[in-house]
Amino acid sequence: MRVARWLIGTAILGSLAALNFFVFEGPLLIKLINVSLFSSLFVLFRVVFGPSPADRIVAVDILGILIIGMLAIFGLFFDQGFFLDIALIWALLSFIASLAFAKILEGRRLDD
Amino acid sequence: MIRQTIGMAFIWLGIAFDFLGVLGLVRLPDVYSRLQAATKCVTFGTAGLLFGVFIIKGFSSFGFKALLGIAFIFLTSPTAAHAISRAAHRGRIPLAEESVADLYESDGELKEK
Repeated sequence: MRVARWLIGTAILGSLAALNFFVFEGPLLIKLINVSLFSSLFVLFRVVFGPSPADRIVAVDILGILIIGMLAIFGLFFDQGFFLDIALIWALLSFIASLAFAKILEGRRLDD
Repeated sequence: MIRQTIGMAFIWLGIAFDFLGVLGLVRLPDVYSRLQAATKCVTFGTAGLLFGVFIIKGFSSFGFKALLGIAFIFLTSPTAAHAISRAAHRGRIPLAEESVADLYESDGELKEK
């Protein structure tokens, strides 16, 4: 069963690589942003299929961190400084959201 | 030119750490080990990336915003991780079967409640 799953996955990835699915022509920074977007695909997998609520909370926290890095590369690519402002505000909101989710998970009220 | 090279090296390293941390988030067995891998992705991944942006942009407003982002992430992210893990342990989310010790349980802090 395990060998069959490995074989199916290898066949799918090999056919995609043979059809030039992973080749992207563009600037270097856009390629780095693509790697970051691929990582956030993994994080969204953990958000959707997480077995417990704490897994989903951890995944949402890490998604905010990935988006901060992505915004920094965007600012470097377009040479504009206001992307870092968006990144700072995103960090603040992500922190507050994580604390609120942790408090709900622990079973306390929000005004406790 | 050499500043560009060093900054791009930091950005590559940060992207690599982000990717490996997210891989740990998918592959590890329970909440606590997933949280450990994910926090590694924060403290070197995104912080290294912002430090690379600071090296490239130098002492301008752009670079100082990146430095401020590093300071903010280093202050807030371990706090959030600690709160999440403590809440998960108090919410009775079980550990994986492979784990050998639960010192927070055996310290008796939970029995007071």
